[in-house]
Amino acid sequence: MNELQFLSWVRGPALQISATLFLIGIMWRLIEIYSLRYHPNFAEPRRVPGASGWHTLYRRFFPPEGMFEASPITYIGGYIFHIGLAIIIFLFDPHLGLIKEFIGISWNALPSPIIDFVTVVTLVAMVTVLANRLKCPVKRFLSGGQEYFSWVVTFLPVLTGYLAANHLLFSYTTTLALHILSAELLLISIPFSNLLHIFTVWPSRWFNGAVNGQRGVPV
Amino acid sequence: MSAGLERAIHVLKEVIDTPIASYLNSCVHCGLCAEACLFHTETGNPRYAPIYKLEPLRRVYRQEYTLVGRISRALGLSKPITDDDLAQWQELVYDTCTMCGRCSLVCPMGIDLVYMIRRLREGMAIAGHAPQGVIEATKRTIATGSPMGVRLPALKVQIAHIQLETGLDVPLDKVGAEYMLVLSSMEIINFPEFMVSIAKIMLRAGKTWTLCSEAFEATNSGVQIGVSDIARLIVSRIVQGAEKLKVKTVISPECGHAFTALRWEGPNLIGRPYTFKVQHILEVLDEFCSQGLLKLKPPEKDRYTFHDPCQIVRMGGVLEPQRNLIKLLVADYVPMPNTGKYNWCCGGGGGVSANEDTKELRLIAFKRKKTQLEATKSKRLITACANCRVNLEEGIEYYRMDTTLFSLTELVADNLLN
Repeated sequence: MNELQFLSWVRGPALQISATLFLIGIMWRLIEIYSLRYHPNFAEPRRVPGASGWHTLYRRFFPPEGMFEASPITYIGGYIFHIGLAIIIFLFDPHLGLIKEFIGISWNALPSPIIDFVTVVTLVAMVTVLANRLKCPVKRFLSGGQEYFSWVVTFLPVLTGYLAANHLLFSYTTTLALHILSAELLLISIPFSNLLHIFTVWPSRWFNGAVNGQRGVPV
Repeated sequence: MSAGLERAIHVLKEVIDTPIASYLNSCVHCGLCAEACLFHTETGNPRYAPIYKLEPLRRVYRQEYTLVGRISRALGLSKPITDDDLAQWQELVYDTCTMCGRCSLVCPMGIDLVYMIRRLREGMAIAGHAPQGVIEATKRTIATGSPMGVRLPALKVQIAHIQLETGLDVPLDKVGAEYMLVLSSMEIINFPEFMVSIAKIMLRAGKTWTLCSEAFEATNSGVQIGVSDIARLIVSRIVQGAEKLKVKTVISPECGHAFTALRWEGPNLIGRPYTFKVQHILEVLDEFCSQGLLKLKPPEKDRYTFHDPCQIVRMGGVLEPQRNLIKLLVADYVPMPNTGKYNWCCGGGGGVSANEDTKELRLIAFKRKKTQLEATKSKRLITACANCRVNLEEGIEYYRMDTTLFSLTELVADNLLN
């Protein structure tokens, strides 16, 4: 298989397979989780403004009192790389082409130099949070293969995307094919790793906010 | 597999629900929960990270409720839980968790860790992996009605004593009273002034109240140890007592866990809403003051600070009444750093203070409270939980701090205008 054939394969069959596995995997996992069981709550609720699942959904974007000082790198690094990933995925012209192909809608992209800059910042932030994970005793203790695997599969598409867009390291065709392949690996990994938090974080925040909101505590 | 382990796995399978599944799938091990846990911040031991304490629950969830987990178990790729694992986790689930809920407040993913610890204790306790002190307290509660073994005759002696010394009426089994007060054994034996305060306050507010001879104990060691059947039995005594005496409101005393057990867990334990209202004493006092039923002396000029008991505030939802009362009582009130729902635990909740193995650790954990107290430059500390009070007293004495403790209810009673 030469590099063009490789590119055609990753763009064609491999993309279809990974997208299908992603969709089936996500549906399976979400049904597995959200159809389990709910315990009823008979306690008379206490109504307090700001105390609800919906409020918590929003409030947990921000560090609670004293927490930023306790772990600034977690917050700063976390904000930067999550926002960076969102910008790269949803505001880079070639990605928008792909999105249009899949769901038929599109919107304005950011200029490539800006995406380039965001990519570098995202890569630096990701390396920083990894270094912090390795250095901080409690994070290192809590981290297993799962955490490092998730980091690698998230980091690779960003790195290879940057290399492809800037024609670095290998030929453009090869780096582009590697980029698409790494993105496919990421897609397949999401349902079966802790990257599933992309989907579960919202109901989790809601459940926590709702149960504490019922007690009248805005959490 | 031992019978105990089998029972534990069965119970854990029962308690795992959708929120727990959602929480366990949301963790990215960012470690922020550890920064909110005083056992971790004061010792630096990473094993005390709250999410790590939940590892047995996570493993049971994964192996029983996920396809990938079931496949890995069938292929022998994942290790089943053993009795030894549960024995090792006893320290993490009981000795180093006061169920203060601070970790649940800070998790950016919204994971309610304390909810899961409470559920995990169900499995741990049924397998016999609970601290001896808490087991004994629970046994005493089943046998005598009180974790400290306080029986009705002892309560009657205290009542007679109060009536003789103060001339105040402490009604027992008065049908149709508006309020029924329940007490923690600690308040009956160690702090009887609390009952005196209530008698004074009720008299002044013109309200009828009563104690119930069949249900005077407020605390629920069934909730602390994590056995719902026992917790249900204990809460049912109060429900039956309140319904028999036809009271409108049951007052939970200055005890944090008693309040959450009765107010928030109780209806779910008995499987129906109550026919009466449950209020914490601070809510009742705030109502009386705002309705003008209690008139207080002008505020004191000394500097005071307040320790928010976790179960009453963060876990119980009593956020403002204590502040309203303090404003009326104290002119120079300095809140601690991280006050209200952000407050740090005293280090003795969740059955930890009933557990002799934790004494050394409790004193280390107390350093967080010491730092908070020192920041206020106040020598007068008010609180509203008998268990916090005992634990705070222990820490204050050990570190030779020049701090005097006050009960908020007693402070209100002592400052009533004649």
